[in-house]
Amino acid sequence: MTELSPLDAAGVDAAVSDALAAFAAATTLDELKEARLAHTGDKAPLTLANRLIGGLEPADKAAAGKAMGGARAAMGRALAARTAELEAERDARVLVEEAVDVTLPSSRALVGARHPIETMQERMCDLFVSMGWEVAEGPEMEAEWFNFDALNFDPDHPAREMQDTFFIDPPSSGLLMRTHTSPVQVRAALERRDSLEEGRGIYVVCPGKTFRTDELDATHTPVFHQIEGLAIDRGLTMAHLKGTLDHFARALFGPEAITRLRPAFFPFTEPSAEMDLRCFVCGGADAACRTCRGTGWIEWGGCGMTHPNVLRAAGIDPEKYTAFAFGMGIERTLMFRHNVTDMRDMVEGDVRFSQQFGMEI
Amino acid sequence: MPKIPLSWLAESVALEPGASPVDIATSLARVGLEEEGIHGSGVEGPLVVGRVMSLVKEEQSNGKTINYCRVDVGEFNDPEGPGHKPDNKVDYPSSKGIVCGAHNFVEGDYVVVVLPGATLPGPFPISGRKTYGHWSDGMICSARELGLGEDHSGIIVLTEMGFSADSLEPGQDAIALLGLDEKTIEINVTPDRGYSFSIRGVAREYAHATGASFTDPAALAVSGAAGDGFPVLIEDAAPVRGNVGCDRFVARIVRGFDPAAASPGWMKQRLEAAGMRSISLAVDVTNYVMLELGQPLHAYDLATLTAPIVVRRAHPAEQIETLDDVERVLHGEDLLITDSLGGHGARPVGIAGVMGGALTEVSASTTDVLLEAAHFDPITIARTARRHKLGSEASRRFERAVDTALPPVAVQRAANLLVELGGGVIEDVFTDVDNVPAVEPIEMDVDFPSRIVGVAYSPEQVIDSLTQVGCTVERDGEVLIVTRPTWRADLEAPINLVEEVARLQGFDGLPSVLPVAPPGRGYTHSQLVRKSVARSLAEAGLTQVLTYPFISEARLDECLLPADDVRRDVIRLANPLSAEQPLLRTALVETLVDAVRVNLGRGAQDVAVYETGRAYLGRLVGAIPATYSGTSITPDDVEALNKAIPGQVRRVAGVMAGNRVTSGWDGHATPWRWTDALAMVEKVERACGVVLEISSEAGERQSTAPFHPGRVAVYRLEGEIVGVAGELHPKVCENLGLPARTVAFELALDPLIEESEGVLVTASPVSGQVLAKEDFAFVVDSSVTAGSLVDAVISAGDGLVEDARVFDVYTGEQIGEGRKSLAVNVRMRDADHTLSAEEVLTVREAIIAAAAEKFGAVLR
Repeated sequence: MTELSPLDAAGVDAAVSDALAAFAAATTLDELKEARLAHTGDKAPLTLANRLIGGLEPADKAAAGKAMGGARAAMGRALAARTAELEAERDARVLVEEAVDVTLPSSRALVGARHPIETMQERMCDLFVSMGWEVAEGPEMEAEWFNFDALNFDPDHPAREMQDTFFIDPPSSGLLMRTHTSPVQVRAALERRDSLEEGRGIYVVCPGKTFRTDELDATHTPVFHQIEGLAIDRGLTMAHLKGTLDHFARALFGPEAITRLRPAFFPFTEPSAEMDLRCFVCGGADAACRTCRGTGWIEWGGCGMTHPNVLRAAGIDPEKYTAFAFGMGIERTLMFRHNVTDMRDMVEGDVRFSQQFGMEI
Repeated sequence: MPKIPLSWLAESVALEPGASPVDIATSLARVGLEEEGIHGSGVEGPLVVGRVMSLVKEEQSNGKTINYCRVDVGEFNDPEGPGHKPDNKVDYPSSKGIVCGAHNFVEGDYVVVVLPGATLPGPFPISGRKTYGHWSDGMICSARELGLGEDHSGIIVLTEMGFSADSLEPGQDAIALLGLDEKTIEINVTPDRGYSFSIRGVAREYAHATGASFTDPAALAVSGAAGDGFPVLIEDAAPVRGNVGCDRFVARIVRGFDPAAASPGWMKQRLEAAGMRSISLAVDVTNYVMLELGQPLHAYDLATLTAPIVVRRAHPAEQIETLDDVERVLHGEDLLITDSLGGHGARPVGIAGVMGGALTEVSASTTDVLLEAAHFDPITIARTARRHKLGSEASRRFERAVDTALPPVAVQRAANLLVELGGGVIEDVFTDVDNVPAVEPIEMDVDFPSRIVGVAYSPEQVIDSLTQVGCTVERDGEVLIVTRPTWRADLEAPINLVEEVARLQGFDGLPSVLPVAPPGRGYTHSQLVRKSVARSLAEAGLTQVLTYPFISEARLDECLLPADDVRRDVIRLANPLSAEQPLLRTALVETLVDAVRVNLGRGAQDVAVYETGRAYLGRLVGAIPATYSGTSITPDDVEALNKAIPGQVRRVAGVMAGNRVTSGWDGHATPWRWTDALAMVEKVERACGVVLEISSEAGERQSTAPFHPGRVAVYRLEGEIVGVAGELHPKVCENLGLPARTVAFELALDPLIEESEGVLVTASPVSGQVLAKEDFAFVVDSSVTAGSLVDAVISAGDGLVEDARVFDVYTGEQIGEGRKSLAVNVRMRDADHTLSAEEVLTVREAIIAAAAEKFGAVLR
C-alpha cells in the first residue's frame, strides 16, 4: 500500500469517506471499535499521513495540518454520533432483556397492621383535637367513687345494678373495673377546673377500655371501648350538644348522616337522651330492614346535660356553668361504619381481622 | 321489665286508630320508654272451638288409654265418610277425627281444637299424623299448650272456663275468644320512672307522646272510711339512711269470700300476657291490680293473723319461710311485716315489699281476706332484695318508688274485684296509717328550661308540660312554684323539671349549634409517643390485637413465675365471668400468647402480634372510702384515692412465632429470632426517645420468666427493670402450646414516656469531614459481652468515634476454648477537620490498649 501524503487532498478525502462509511456500516459497538482502530488507529492511513507532516516543507505544514485536522474532526464526529446510536440501541435492548414479572411476590416479610378499634379511637380523637378539645385518660381499675358516686349514682339506686360491674376482690376494696369512661370526665374536670375561672371552658374527650360482665357473643363483649365527650362552659345548652353530635356523626359517617335525640335516663345527665343515627342500610324506608328492625334509626350512644350533682362532685358551680356529655361504643361505631357483623372478630385476636384495615381507618 | 298487653292499655288511654304495636312502641320511645320486645301469644290458627261428638276409649298395648274423638269443628269438618284420610274404617258424620290422651271431658263438651297448619308456642307446627291406629287431624289443647298457664292436667273445657255453651259455635275462632290475639309490648323502664311499671303509668306516657286522652284507672271512689280497721303499728327502730321503712300502710278486710271461686279467663289471660302465673283468685286479683296501678298488694288469710300487725326491722338471725318455700335468715336491716302470735310483733309474716310468708297466705279454705297495700322505703327494699337475691314483682316496683297516694285506692280496686268475682263483703272501716310527708314545692325560673335546653319555650309551654305530667304549677312573676305529683318522687330539683319539659315538648325541634372550644393544647407527649410506638411496631410487621385481661391461676404457673415473683401479687376479681379466670393479667404476654394460639389454630404458620394496654399489679393498699361526706372531693381525697388504686401501667408487648420472612421464589425463609424481639424493643426506645440499659440479669423478686434464662435481655431505666425481650422458655412454649423458639418482648411504657417528657433534643452539628474506618478483631474471654466491648471502644475514642459496631462473632479451634473473636467496625470523624493518618493511628492504639486493659483483649 502506498503511503498517503498529507498534501494529497483527494486521498485524504477518500480516506475520510472510507472511515465514515466503515463507521456507518458498523452494527455493533464491537464492529465500531474495529472500524475505529482501522481508520484512526496507529496503522491507519490518516494516522500515518499525520506523522509525515513533521517532515514537510515549512510552507506546506500549515495546509497539511489543517487538512488533517479537518479529517480527524470529521471522523471524530461521525464516530461519536455512531457510538451514541449504537449505545442507545444496546441500552434499549438491555432494558428489554432485563424486564421482570412484577406480579411475582415482592415482599416476603410479614406485614403488620393496627387494630381498627385503636385507629378508630385515634380518628375520633383527631377530630376533636382539631376542634380544640383535649384528650383525657384515666385508670381502668377505678375507685367506686369515681365510677359511681361522683356520677350521681346513689349507693342504693337501682341504676348501680344496671351496670353489671366487675368488682375487685375483696368487695370492700372499693375498687372495680370501670364500667364506662365517665369517671375520666370527673377526673378531667377536677384537673381543669381552674381554667374555668380563667374564662376558658373545659372541652375533653375520654376514650378507652371499659368492662361489664357480659358474656361474649355476636353483639356483646365484656371488654369494650368507649369514647365520651364532656364540655363545661358558660351558657352551654342541649343545642350545643346536638351541634357537636351532628358534626361528629358527619365526620365519621359522611355529610348525609342524620342524628336524632330521644329521651332516656342516665344518673349523670339531666335531661338525658339516647342518640340515634338514621339507618344506613334502609334510610328509614324499609319496614322490614334487619339492621334497624324497621324503625329507621340505629342507637349510637347516650348523651345529655351533665347533672348538677356531677359538676358539684368535681367542684364546679352548676349555677355558673352548664355542661353536656355524650358517649358511644367504639365497637358499635366500627360495626356500623365498616359492616362488622360479629363482635367476636374484634376480640379473638385473629390477625386477618386487623389486616383488612391496615394502618388508618 | 313490664309487659304491657295492648288491650289492657287501651282501657286507660285512647290508642290511635289503626296503630300497630310498632307504632305504639315508637310513640312510647319518643317520651323515653324504650321498647324491649313485642310479643304475641305464639299461637297461629286455625285454632277453633270444637264440640265433642263421640269419644271412644281404646286401651293400648303400652297400658295407656286414649280417646278417639270425632269433633265437630264447623266449617273445618271433613265431609261425612271415613275421614280426611281413609285409614279409618268406619263412616262418620261430618267432623274431624282426633286422638286425645286426656280424660277430663265427655261427649258434648266444648273444647279448643288446633288443626293442621296451625302453630303453637314453641314454635310447634301442627300437622295431621297417624297415631294409635288412627289418623289424627290436630289436637285438643290444654291450657299449657296454648301458653295460657301451667295447667296440663287436662284439656280446656270451655264451659268450665266461664263461657256459656250458648255463646259457643263449633268452628268459631278460638284465638280471639281466648285472647290469644293479644300483643304485648315489653318496656324498659328507666330507674327514674318507676310509675311506668304499670298500665296506668304507660297509658299516661302514651298520652304524653300522642296527646291521646288518658283515663286514670286509679281515679276510683274509696268506700267507707279510714279508722279502726285491723290494728297496724309501724315500729321502725333502725331507719336506713334516715328513712323510716314504711310511711303508709292500708289494711282492709273482705269477709265471706268464696274460696272456690276461680279467676276468670280474661284475668288469667292478662296475667299470663304480662308474664305472671295465675295462682288463685285472691292472689290473681292482687297481682292484677299491681300490674294495672303499680301498687304491690298482699292478701292474708285473716283467720291466720293475730293482731296487731307490726312493721319492724328483723332481729339478727330471725327466720321466715317465704311464699317460695325457702327458709330465709334475716338481716337487721330487713323490714318485716309481723303479727302478734306469741307476743307483740313476734311472728314474721312477710318480708316487707319483697315477699310474703308461707304461714299466712290465702289457701283453698280462706273465706276472710285481709288486703294490704303499703308504701315502703325504696332503699330498704332494694337492699333486702339484693341481699336475699330475691327480686320480685313487688320489690322491682318499691325500689323505684311507688305512688304514695295509691294504697287506699289499690286496696279498694282489689276488694271490688274480689267481691265481684268471689262474693263477700268489704268492711266499711279500714286501717290507713299515713305518715307520708307533704310534697315540698320546687321553685324554678320560668326560663330555666330554655337556658338548659337551648329552645325558647314560652311560659305556657313550660307550665303546660309540667301540668301534663301531673304537677301543680303556680306562677309568681318569673318564678314557677311546682308541686310534683305523688307518683313522681324522682322530681326533686329544677333540673328534673327541665327534663320533663324537654321530653314532653320533644327533641325534634332542637337546634344544632356547634360550640367553639377555646384553643387546646393538642395531644400530650404520652399520647403522641404511644401512637408512635403502636405505629412503628405495625410497620415492623407486627399486627395489633386486643386481648382480654383475664387469666387463670394456672397461667402464672404455665409462665413459670417463681413463688416470690412480684407478678404473684395478683389482683383478683370478686365476680369473674368465668371461675376459671378470676385474675387480672400481670403482664400482656400472659394473654397475648392466646392470640398467637388462635391464629395458629386457624392455620397460620407465621404469627407476629402485639398489644398496647395495661396489666394490673400490686397489693391492695386498703379499703377505699366509697363516699365522701360532701358532694365534692378535695385534692387530698383524689390523691388518697389514686394512691389506693394498684398499679396499672401502660405496657407494650409482642409475641412472634414461625418465620419473619417466608421462603419464596427469590430467597429463603428467615425465622423470628431472639434478635428480632430485641430489635422491636429498640423501635420502642426510639419512639419513646430513650435508651435503656440492657443486660441478662434478673432483678430481686423479678425473675426473667417466662423467658429463656440464657436468651433474655433485661432492660433497666435508672436501675429499675422496665422490660424484657428474647426467646420464651422452652418449657413455657410447651406449656402454652406455642412453637419452639417463640420470641417475645414486653415493656412498661409509662416510665419510658415519663423519662422523655419535656426533654428537648439538643442538636449537634453534622460534620462534613471525611470518614475514617478501622476494623478490629478482638479475641476475648467468652464471658465478655459485645455491648461492654463496644462501650469501651467508643470511650477510648475520646469523642472521635462516631459509631462502633460488632459485625462478626467467631468461636472455634483457632481461637481456643472459652474464647471468642469479636470483629468491630469503627467509624471515626472529627467535627472540624479531616483526621490525619497519625490521628487515626493514635485512636486505633488507644482502642486496642483500652480493650486489652479492660477485657484482656488481644488482636487476632
